Amino acid sequence: MSTIDRRGFIRSAGGLALALGAGVGVGACATPVGRAAPGRVVVIGGGFGGATAAKYLKKWEPRLEVTLVERNQNFVSCPISNLVLAGVKRIEDITLAYDGLARYGVRLVRDEAVAIDVDKREVRLAKGDPLPWDRLVVAPGIDFLYEQIPGLNNADARQQVLHAWKAGAQTVALRKRLEELPDGGVFAISIPKAPYRCPPGPYERASVVAHYFKQHKPRSKVLILDGNPEITSKKALFLQAWEERYKGIIEYRPDSVLQDFDVRANVGKFEFESVRAELFNVIPPQRSGLIASPFANVGGRWAGVDFRSFESTAVPGVHLIGDAIATAPGMPKSGFMANNHAKVAADAVIASLTGLEPNPTPIIANTCYSFVSDRDVVHVASIHKFDTQENTLLPVKGAGGLSAVANDLEGKYALAWARNIWADALT
Amino acid sequence: MPIATRALAALAAAAALALPFSVQAAPDDRPVRVWAAACAACHGTDGHAQAGMTSLAGRNADELYTLLIEFKRDVRPATVMHQHAKGYTDEELQRLAQWFAAQAKR
Ligand SMILES: Cc1cc2nc3c(=O)[nH]c(=O)nc-3n(C[C@H](O)[C@H](O)[C@H](O)COP(=O)(O)OP(=O)(O)OC[C@H]3O[C@@H](n4cnc5c(N)ncnc54)[C@H](O)[C@@H]3O)c2cc1C
Repeated sequence: MSTIDRRGFIRSAGGLALALGAGVGVGACATPVGRAAPGRVVVIGGGFGGATAAKYLKKWEPRLEVTLVERNQNFVSCPISNLVLAGVKRIEDITLAYDGLARYGVRLVRDEAVAIDVDKREVRLAKGDPLPWDRLVVAPGIDFLYEQIPGLNNADARQQVLHAWKAGAQTVALRKRLEELPDGGVFAISIPKAPYRCPPGPYERASVVAHYFKQHKPRSKVLILDGNPEITSKKALFLQAWEERYKGIIEYRPDSVLQDFDVRANVGKFEFESVRAELFNVIPPQRSGLIASPFANVGGRWAGVDFRSFESTAVPGVHLIGDAIATAPGMPKSGFMANNHAKVAADAVIASLTGLEPNPTPIIANTCYSFVSDRDVVHVASIHKFDTQENTLLPVKGAGGLSAVANDLEGKYALAWARNIWADALT
Repeated sequence: MPIATRALAALAAAAALALPFSVQAAPDDRPVRVWAAACAACHGTDGHAQAGMTSLAGRNADELYTLLIEFKRDVRPATVMHQHAKGYTDEELQRLAQWFAAQAKR
């Protein structure tokens, strides 16, 4: 077994090993300067949560050895990806490099984490050697529960019916199909039951695609088939925007849980009806990214955490952040939240490895901006404070709220927010 | 001096140069560093914003605190800051203002 105090070297970003004298245990040294690396942290997943965690771990405790495992070449942002579907932005505008993390000394491993051995404390990779850890941060985002839609539960079907709920190739492919859609064709969006990634995201998508149709395919329609009983976020603001801007273009149907799909006929099957559309976008029901399975102790889907530290309630020494967790009351699955989880987790990991007390009073925040056209935006905001009685993060009463009405000033802020959070995670 | 020790000594020196509020100097100021990090999602790491958003780093603490209190009391109009400021006690806002004031300007 590898323990921290048996290790006697720091590996610098360039791979240079420096002897610093073995046998220095955690908390054994009075001065923080000049002692051996207090621990090795592996972060799985370089998205909004994981990239931020890796950066802040090194920024706040440069002596840590931090390895970030990410399967994708680039960071492709889901936020703003709906504008790519609408033809307002290009995929290049939401694609960012991982280079910036090297400046902090984060070691980037481009590989797939295939298994986590919690007894041996190592992460197994598809290609490379296993990575040992003293603390593990798991931030894999979501995976899809295609087994709940039998007709889509095979690779061929999934190529044909796109989700575009992880930004990248699917975003580009769905944009292409929207362009190819004949004027008059129906674009149907199937929304899963909550909880899912980005509650307002599907309604934003419907809005900006309707904006595109209004400009380029005036006879086309957007049909929203919502698995929920009502719009799950910013309801009044979306309804107002649709009434004022997209009357006769957007049609909304609640309580429409997709039960099966006929790929050949392009027909979605719901409890009371079957719906055919020229172009179907199925956002499937979701769970924590598969690699988080050993920690998915809430409904078998999401990972339960202690909200002071984001440490797993299933396995000590492992922290989960981002969309993969079972969220606290009123907390959305958002990139903003994932970024904020990451910082609380980074602080807790550092505290645990350096013998400090965990932060007793985390306060985190969220603002989700949604475009309702190419430039007008609505927001929802909330502040979440740790409540010692309820033992969870709770939204602060009387704080947070919504935009009064869609406006273009917040359109500018939404784009500025994206630039800032991308930089905060990656540079 | 070994390379790693030298780098760490340089870091410690940089931390010592910062204003007395600096959380790097006092481990028990860690909580406010983590609160402030939440603001970074819009206002940039340590309050160094990208284009289109306001930087907070190195601004006068009293000025920042006054702004936050004006947002909180709905005296100063805002799109979203009035909603965020209400999530914090006056004391928390003061500590946040001091923390951002203590960050080096760029
Ligand atoms: C259309 C759309 C619009 C959105 N708009 C907004 C918005 O405006 N504001 C907002 O705050 N949020 C928004 N979101 C939500 C936001 O994208 C997510 O909440 C956020 O990405 C969650 O971060 P995460 O780190 O948990 O997951 P991700 O960002 O998905 O990162 C997970 C990473 O882990 C990697 N990974 C997973 N498993 C492995 C493995 N086994 N090995 C190696 N790597 C692995 C993945 O490749 C990925 O890079 C939107 C989402 C969508 C779909």
